[in-house]
Amino acid sequence: MIVGNRKSFEEILEMIKPYRRVLLLGCNECVTVCAVGGEREVGVLASELRLWSAKEGQELEIREHTIERQCDHEYIDQIRSFVDEYEVILSMACGAGVQYVAEQYRTRIVLPAINTTFLGVTLEQGVWSERCQGCGTCILDKTGGICPIARCAKSLLNGPCGGASNGKCEVDKETDCGWQLIVDRLKELGQLDQYEEIIPIKDWSTSRDGGPRKRVREDSRL
Amino acid sequence: MKTKSNIERILESGEFVVTSECGPPRGADPEVIRRKGALLKEVVDGVNVTDNQTSVVRMSSFASSIILKEMGFDPILQMVCRDRNRIAIQSDILGAAALGINNILCLSGDHQKFGDHPKAKNVFDMDSIQLINTVKMMRDNGRFVGGEEVNGRPRLFIGAAANPFADPFEIRAARLAKKVKAGVEFIQTQCIYNVKKFEQWMEMVRVRGLHEKCAILAGVTPFKSVGMARYMKNQVPGMDIPDEMIERLGGMPKEKQSEEGIKICLETIQRLREIPGVRGIHIMAIEWEEKVAEIAKAAGLLPRPQLT
Ligand code: SF4
Ligand code: SF4
Repeated sequence: MIVGNRKSFEEILEMIKPYRRVLLLGCNECVTVCAVGGEREVGVLASELRLWSAKEGQELEIREHTIERQCDHEYIDQIRSFVDEYEVILSMACGAGVQYVAEQYRTRIVLPAINTTFLGVTLEQGVWSERCQGCGTCILDKTGGICPIARCAKSLLNGPCGGASNGKCEVDKETDCGWQLIVDRLKELGQLDQYEEIIPIKDWSTSRDGGPRKRVREDSRL
Repeated sequence: MKTKSNIERILESGEFVVTSECGPPRGADPEVIRRKGALLKEVVDGVNVTDNQTSVVRMSSFASSIILKEMGFDPILQMVCRDRNRIAIQSDILGAAALGINNILCLSGDHQKFGDHPKAKNVFDMDSIQLINTVKMMRDNGRFVGGEEVNGRPRLFIGAAANPFADPFEIRAARLAKKVKAGVEFIQTQCIYNVKKFEQWMEMVRVRGLHEKCAILAGVTPFKSVGMARYMKNQVPGMDIPDEMIERLGGMPKEKQSEEGIKICLETIQRLREIPGVRGIHIMAIEWEEKVAEIAKAAGLLPRPQLT
C-alpha cells in the first residue's frame, strides 16, 4: 500500500488560511489502512480546524467527505454536485489522488494534507515500513525476495557497504541493513551462492528516471 | 604492466608498497594540498585523494590530485558513487587519465546523512563493484557502459576498499571475490585495530586465492588520543576497536597518549607485515599528516623506491 504522514497542523493552516469554505476530502483505500487520510482522520482534522476557527474567531466552513478512491475518476465524479460550493479541496489522499482530483476539477484549488512517503507494509498496528520503490524492473528473484533498492540506504545492488554493523545500516542504528537481510535470507534458502554473482549496472530508464510512466493494457480497454 | 602507475610497478617488482592519503580542504586554497603533500614527499608510493570524504564538501578529488601530480606524486583518485551518475563518472575517468592520473579507487561513498549537506539527493546510479567493472571495461575492452567505443582508453590501475570488520563477516571474503571478478587490482582496507579478526579475514581471502589476484594493502590509522579512539569506536560505522586498546590509551596521561597511539600503530604495522598476502601498508593519519613520515621511518618502510 501507499503510506503517508499527515502534514503538521501549522503547515495545513498556512495553506488554507486564505479560504473560508474547505472541502476536506478523504480516501478509503491505502491512506485509510495506514490511518492517515480515511474517514476517521478526516474527522480528526476537521475538528482540529473547527476548534481553531472558533478560538480565533475565524469564519471557516468545513465539509467532511470521504470517497472510495481518489485515483479513479468515477469516484471523484461523486463530489461534482457540491464541489463548487467550496473554494478549496484539502485532499487527504496520496499525491496521486491529490493530482487526479485537481485534474477533474480544474477551477478548484486542491491542496495536499499529507506527505506521501512510500510503498510499504503494515509491520504491526501503527507501524508501517517501506518495501518497494517501483523501479520498473524487479530483481527480487536475485536477492532472496528482499529489495536492495528500497531497503539499502544507498540502493546498492552489490552490497553490503563497509558501514554495515551488527545487522544495522550505517545511516541509523534502528534500521536494518538491507543487505544483511538479503544475506540472511539467501542463507536460509540455501542460496548463498547467488550472492557471488555480480548484479550488473541497472537500467534505470524503467524507473522514475525515464520520465512519467504509463501502462496501457490493450485487452482490458473499452 | 597495464598502466603507468607507480604502485603497480612496485607491486610487480614484488616489493612492499606504502600509501597514504591527503584530504582536500574545505576551500579553494591549493596551498593546503601542497603543504600536506610536502609532508609525504619520499615517504609514500602513492597518495589517495579523498572524494568529499564523510560527505562533507571539499575541493574535488580530481583537482587536488592534479595539484599533487604537479608536485611529483602518483595520486590515487578516489571516486564515490554517491554524487555522480554513470555519465559524469565515465567523463571524470577519461579526464583523469588524460591528465596523467594513473590510479583510481572505486568506492560506494558514505551516506550524505553524515556530512554538511544531509538534505542532498544521492545518486548511486552504480555501486562500487559496478564502478570497478566500468573502469575495467573502459580500459581493457575500450567500451563505455552504454556499449559505445572509447577512443583513447583510460589506463588506470584499479583499486577499491574493503572493510574486513563490517557485517555480515561471513560474506566479507565473498564480497572481495566479487570485486576481483569485477576487475579490482589493489585493495586498501579499513583501518585495522583488531589484528586477530583481520587475520581471520586474510585466511578466508587466501583460501579463495584472492590475495594472488589483487594486492592487499593493510590500512592503519594512529590514535591521537583516547578520545579519538572512543569516538571512532562509537561513532564511525564499521570500525572494530578492541577494548584493550582503549584501556591502554586511557591508562596513559593525556600528554603521552599520542605517543602511545603511534606506538600501537607501529606494533600493528609489524604484525600486519608478517601476515601472508599483505602487500603493503596504507597509512591514514587523519589531519595528522605530519606523522606519516615518522611512522614510515620507525616501521622501517623507508626509503621508498624511486619514482620513474
Ligand atoms: S526491485 Fe524494483 S520493483 Fe522490485 S521491489 Fe525493488 S524497487 Fe520494487
Ligand atoms: S549499511 Fe547496509 S543498508 Fe545501509 S547503506 Fe550500507 S549496505 Fe545499504
